[in-house]
Amino acid sequence: MTIFGVALLAVCTLAGALLGDLLGMALHVKSNVGGVGIAMILLILVRVWLQKRGLLSHPLKLGVEFWASLYIPIVVAMASIQNVAGAVRGGPVVVTAALASVLLCWGVMALIGRMGRDEPVSDDRVLAGDPE
Amino acid sequence: MLKELNALAAAQGLIIAFAVVGLIMAASYVVSKRLTFGRIHGSAIAILVGLLLAWAGGAVTGGSKGLADIPLLAGLGVLGGAMLRDFAIVATAFEVDPDKARRAGLLGALAIGLGTIIPFCVGGAAAWALGYRDAVSVTTIGAGAITYIVGPVTGAAIGASSAVMALSIAAGVLKAILVMVGTPFAAKAMGLNNPRSAMAYGGLMGTVSGVTGGLAATDPALVPYGALTATFHTGIGCLLGPSVLYFAVKALLGG
Repeated sequence: MTIFGVALLAVCTLAGALLGDLLGMALHVKSNVGGVGIAMILLILVRVWLQKRGLLSHPLKLGVEFWASLYIPIVVAMASIQNVAGAVRGGPVVVTAALASVLLCWGVMALIGRMGRDEPVSDDRVLAGDPE
Repeated sequence: MLKELNALAAAQGLIIAFAVVGLIMAASYVVSKRLTFGRIHGSAIAILVGLLLAWAGGAVTGGSKGLADIPLLAGLGVLGGAMLRDFAIVATAFEVDPDKARRAGLLGALAIGLGTIIPFCVGGAAAWALGYRDAVSVTTIGAGAITYIVGPVTGAAIGASSAVMALSIAAGVLKAILVMVGTPFAAKAMGLNNPRSAMAYGGLMGTVSGVTGGLAATDPALVPYGALTATFHTGIGCLLGPSVLYFAVKALLGG
């Protein structure tokens, strides 16, 4: 059933958030440490486990992939609620700090991105959820 | 009429948000195809339109939540908020190839380290150069250049003024925006076309919204790999900001 996929996703997300909070507390940090990343790792592991047992049904996959395919619209909504006006109003410190760090990190990325090339991702994907 | 509309918005906020985002995306894909002949990806244009609308919303209402400050569009705050964003990011992990992710693990860790220290130094230096000479302000603004969550968390921990906190958040937001908009254009020059480099990119740039938005506009298949490392970035930043980095700045500036 599709709800199994959605529920699996929910359980992984919640478990990740909880573990991330606990990790934050253990490290005395006022923030969640890697909660989403932990949730992603959990989901990857569960997927592998389900696949091995032949339990990865189409409706279950649909329940997860539907949300993955909504990712881009959610990012667009996220973009539309950013405090862009405030960021623009912030003045020279804000612009200098942000622009210089982005440019420098891009420079570093150009260096390490070329260390040990990997084959580009294959095209048989559903992630985008759109035909483009 | 306005009263009825606002009542509808209150009852159906999320549904309105689905329709509005669908409209933005449809228009953006048409622009991508007709005006840029597919050279600029539709989702990149949609994100840019979202940011422009956020700016307009903020300019009109004077609020800090972009379009979501307009009562009729408050549902965008739910659709684009942290809860559904994280839910959808986790879902993208279903597409991750575990072997590829494991092989890029070390590079990702290196990238998180560099991605914390470089923006902090640059942001701190910018603050110092523009007249903020006390360790607390320099640290808080430098932390904001890591991500817009690290900034205020660090500032609150070391007792920064609210004006400096606001600057630090603004620097982080602007960084996220620059990454969202610029990634598709810089991707080729950075070799950003495989899971390995996407994981390095997520660790290096850090900002979850910037990285995932930028990668979505570059190649959606890279999103889960970038997100995997980027989500650790803020936590590491919050760990180092008020501690090691603050002490280093304090030692350097002598108080």
